[in-house]
Amino acid sequence: MSSRIGYIAFNTFREAVRDRVLYNLIAFALLLSATALLVGQVSIDIERLVVVNLGLTAVSLFGVLIAIFIGIGLVSKEIDKRTLYTVLSRPVRRWEFVVGKFFGLTGTLVVNTFFMAVGVFVALLSVAHRFEKMDVPVLAAVYFIVLQFFVVCALALLFSSFSTPLMAAVFTFALFVIGNLSQDLRGFAKTVPGVSGWLANAIAYLVPDFSALNVIGQAAHGDPIPGRLILFNTVYALLYSAVAISGAVLIFQRRNLK
Amino acid sequence: MTATRRVNLVAGTALLLSMAGAVFTLRAIDTARLAPGVQGALYIRSTTVLRRLSLGYTGLLADIYWTRAVQYFGTQHHVGSSDYRLLAPLLEVTTELDPRLLPAYQFGANFLGPRPPDGAGSPGAAVALMKYGIEHNPDQWRLYYNLGFLYYTELKDYAKAADAFAQGAKLPVTNKLLEVLAARMAQHAGEFDTARMLWFTTYQSNQDPLIRQNATEHLVALQVDEDVTRLEKTVEKYRQQTGHLPTSMGDLGRVGLIHGVPTDPKGNPYRLLPDGRIEVQDAKSIPFITKGLPIITKASDEAARPSSD
Repeated sequence: MSSRIGYIAFNTFREAVRDRVLYNLIAFALLLSATALLVGQVSIDIERLVVVNLGLTAVSLFGVLIAIFIGIGLVSKEIDKRTLYTVLSRPVRRWEFVVGKFFGLTGTLVVNTFFMAVGVFVALLSVAHRFEKMDVPVLAAVYFIVLQFFVVCALALLFSSFSTPLMAAVFTFALFVIGNLSQDLRGFAKTVPGVSGWLANAIAYLVPDFSALNVIGQAAHGDPIPGRLILFNTVYALLYSAVAISGAVLIFQRRNLK
Repeated sequence: MTATRRVNLVAGTALLLSMAGAVFTLRAIDTARLAPGVQGALYIRSTTVLRRLSLGYTGLLADIYWTRAVQYFGTQHHVGSSDYRLLAPLLEVTTELDPRLLPAYQFGANFLGPRPPDGAGSPGAAVALMKYGIEHNPDQWRLYYNLGFLYYTELKDYAKAADAFAQGAKLPVTNKLLEVLAARMAQHAGEFDTARMLWFTTYQSNQDPLIRQNATEHLVALQVDEDVTRLEKTVEKYRQQTGHLPTSMGDLGRVGLIHGVPTDPKGNPYRLLPDGRIEVQDAKSIPFITKGLPIITKASDEAARPSSD
């Protein structure tokens, strides 16, 4: 079972690399190099801040876009090309296909993020000339971004299991935006009285909370990231990914592929 | 059980359990990220940058910032914090994004002006906000009224309060009470009746239940302050007549200085203390009172504080 999931994951990764997904690294490297060079000339004393803020934001946005646009095509492309039938005619179960696809895409994003994070630290070194203690939270921020990708990949896979690629992209991106505002959403829900307040609160807790996984601002200022936040965020991202993947499996099990 | 049914059962169970676990973890995350330094930051203070980022949707962004300001104030107020450092910048961003957002001036000044724990204790910032509001909305009498109110209640600057009320009274669409208030400021500033009239105007000119409740609570508090002041004067009068302090309210009644047992607006009898002071029975039930409060000694304060374990 695990070997079958592994094969599907590896093939998904290989396919993404063949699709030149990792080419985004070139754009990222150019962006960071230009920033590191330019900011020092046009501003005062914010080189490090800009490198961290811009670098991590780019890591996050590039990754989310890759997660959405590859994630939504994972199932539909296999159906369109009819390669899915070849895969499922072998001793591969549908749920193994979904889980394998998820691990393949997250693997691609982890590799991609690793190279981009190296780029951020190289840029940091070039502007500050040495690593400092305040650079440690940047690592935590990168880790949270990877967790964010887990949830986005799982959501993209969930939506792609029952809708068209375009709609799946819209749903995933909308949920990503809502998730980034989820803390405010829960704040609003608390102010609504009665049953509607209870309902609003329930909805606010059901949407994924991406705001908790975004500590770029704090990392840029070198604010320490509490250990328990790292633990809770890890558990949360894994659980929420499990929710979306379970949903995708349930839908894909019932889907008529004829 | 078939393999498909088994997979469905496992996936369904995993979905429900993971969702429940995610909700519980999110509640834990909320406690973890409320720690200082992780929460409560305003990263973009430049309205110019925000305008560009909003892609022209400044109205919506102003609404979001205003809501953030309300949430921020509510949260700090709820936890009893006296740190409101982000409030003024949030309100500045809000009103610069949408200078015609009147609630941001009216409520915002009420958040900024009063001393903690009722507000941020920044009457200067509140006045600046209100003046900015008047500059962009010169035809709104409520803003002049709020400015005068701020001068009167927070800064005790009766001349400027009178001036603000008078300017508001000159507007084509205005509240007639402003003219009366302007005159009262000049003649009777500091009296209970003037304060009562201000809060009554607030109550009368607003439909928002929260503002009305706030005005009602202030009116009740004013009644208590007035009662306590009057009763303490009566006690002093008794002392002058008899040469000693009364031991109970009954003593005051027996010499005809009061009739019956005086009670606060909640129906609780006022308490006469051995030193002649008047105290309310349940000060916590009547917010905003400034008189009749129990004197908190260091020992009683420590006794009232919850233990750390």
